[in-house]
Amino acid sequence: MRFALDAEQREFGRVLDRMLGAADTPAAVRAWAGGDHGPGRVLWERLADAGVFGLAVAEKWGGAGLLPVETAVAFTELGRHCVPGPVVETVAGAVLLGRLAERGEPGPAERWLPAVAAGRARLSLALPVAGPYALDADVADAVLAVTGTELRLAPGCGSVRRSLDPARRPARPRAGGPVLARGRAVREAAAEAARWAAFATAAQALGAGRALLARSVEHARRRVQFGVPIGTFQAVKHRLADTLVALEFAEPLLHGAAVELGAGGAGTGVAAAKLACCEAAYAAGRTALQVHGALGYTAEYDLSLWLGKARALRSAWGGPEECRRRILDQEEHRPRLFHE
Amino acid sequence: MDLDLTPAEAAFRSRARAWLAAHLPPTPLAPPETAEGFAAHRAWERTLYEGGWSAVTWPREYGGRGASLLEWLLFEEEYHTAGAPARVSQNGVQLLAPTLLEHGTPEQRARLLPPMARGETVWAQAWSEPEAGSDLASLRSSARRTDGGWLLKGHKTWCSRAAFADRAFGLFRSHPGAGRPHEGLTYALFPLRADGVRVRPVARLDGRPVFAEVFLDGVFVPDADVVGEPGQGWRVAMSTAGSERGLTLRSPGRFTAAARRLVALWRASTGPDGGTALRDRVADAVVRARAYQLYGYAQATGAGADGGGGAGGSGGTAAASLAKVFWSELDLALHETALDLLGPSGELADGPWAEGCVLALAGPVYAGTNEIQRDVIAERLLGLPKGRRR
Repeated sequence: MRFALDAEQREFGRVLDRMLGAADTPAAVRAWAGGDHGPGRVLWERLADAGVFGLAVAEKWGGAGLLPVETAVAFTELGRHCVPGPVVETVAGAVLLGRLAERGEPGPAERWLPAVAAGRARLSLALPVAGPYALDADVADAVLAVTGTELRLAPGCGSVRRSLDPARRPARPRAGGPVLARGRAVREAAAEAARWAAFATAAQALGAGRALLARSVEHARRRVQFGVPIGTFQAVKHRLADTLVALEFAEPLLHGAAVELGAGGAGTGVAAAKLACCEAAYAAGRTALQVHGALGYTAEYDLSLWLGKARALRSAWGGPEECRRRILDQEEHRPRLFHE
Repeated sequence: MDLDLTPAEAAFRSRARAWLAAHLPPTPLAPPETAEGFAAHRAWERTLYEGGWSAVTWPREYGGRGASLLEWLLFEEEYHTAGAPARVSQNGVQLLAPTLLEHGTPEQRARLLPPMARGETVWAQAWSEPEAGSDLASLRSSARRTDGGWLLKGHKTWCSRAAFADRAFGLFRSHPGAGRPHEGLTYALFPLRADGVRVRPVARLDGRPVFAEVFLDGVFVPDADVVGEPGQGWRVAMSTAGSERGLTLRSPGRFTAAARRLVALWRASTGPDGGTALRDRVADAVVRARAYQLYGYAQATGAGADGGGGAGGSGGTAAASLAKVFWSELDLALHETALDLLGPSGELADGPWAEGCVLALAGPVYAGTNEIQRDVIAERLLGLPKGRRR
């Protein structure tokens, strides 16, 4: 057993962190939220150049094959830097189309996956398990909608709703549209795509939680009250320490889920990772808000971008209730979490 | 990145499982908090030793098995799944031994470790004093220089297992003129059954004498039983504390086994709501036990693995504080959920969940309170400014 990132995977994370750290992602988020997708598209292309959108695309379409561990690394950085757009949906959509191609339906994969891997196409995705909305459906190059055993290319979407995360723009795909595939393969591919979506969302949440903690620690070191930095106070310290504990113990679950996905597992590990990463990130948000005080409650301060994301990701692609149900359902039939 | 056991690791797990199946006591031993039960547990330590399982990570020359940290984690999973007896040698095997391997002399290792592995010498720890708990460095028990050694004097308390153990390790003020409170302390090994020593068992919450007070009045410690340099005991003690807080004192196997039992208990509980009450807490406990298991695998096989073995892999004592907060709270969550599932029977003291709950209640307090751990995490891992504890 070697349950750890290798040097190359760690370096991949550092490269993305540096690149995104220099890219003023908060400005891109604010522009995206306001309907200006230009800066977001530029960011998207740079991520594609770094290989991010090829991590769930087979080599024959310009990707790197299915690499869940690298996906965990990349999406942690995307979350840490609050990258806007349907990043999760694009990766999960790519898994859906790739899986269909393996099952004898290569048309949709040939049509979109090369552009996805190159960063030129964004996918939006609506699956029955995840509710009625598709993210950024108005700007996606394809809105994939699964109902039962049918995959359709949705003909646009209804009005865009506001999310608690300004970077997320949910909309209902319109019914109808051309059928891209049908049959049992669609159902199976959709289940796999849902697992990848929950997994990538968990990684994003972990990164967002890390960013929230880092910003809070910085603030606690600088902000002076009663003549000393507030980080001197035990009440503040302990809250930040608990936040770190939760994040540190969520990360192994995310990596465990990556291993499970790579082995074609049933998704218990993904559910555990989704639950733990999103709970830890949301708790980090609550801590951040408390440590920043009223400053953190303002929309103009960039902290708000991460606070909104931590709340929204909790509900996306399987909320805590759904995750807990999956964990116990599968434990009943055969304990899978504690393999031995 | 993988979670696959190599053939050698899988074989190690199988050997542990088979040995436990063949040697486990057919009926549970009497509790170790009685003279009879302690003797039975000491005999079990001997049985473990004869099978080569009493100190699996130690070097073979001292009676260990020379196993890796990962193999130890696998052994612990098997041990707790099998429901094997509590380890009365734990303070020695998991706390003092790593300290001796890091700070002891070759003579000390050769003399002290083999009888520890065989269960012949059972060790207790003697840190706290009535006026020195979380603020351990304010301790006042003294070591006074005498011909060929030191004379210990003072009052130690909350000494786990001291009621029945043979010897103890502790910290004593040997150089009272030293500057800071952390300076001038000496790490000494002393007998619990000797002239000048009085042991008064102390009952914990459930009435069992799990720990004891120790009164020392001129007990002699030869120079050979000082660990590290006289006056430099704090550094040595922090190495012990790293072992106490980290992975190695409370291994993940303990919690994964408890989580599986909790799921079974939940399935068997059919309340008016068809067993849905407490479901979230059961699921969360399962997830947290899995998180600790995976954390252990990462510590044991990752980049920082085998960093001395003291703090359970890498990261030293500060990282061990993360684990201590996590496992102590997880232990409580597991047992409290189980007692709530048991309904009116949850108050009965003689079941395994109630006994486990009493032990779990001490978790956030012993080995450095969780408040001290959070200070360590905040100051040393997050870089927050040091401040008064207020």
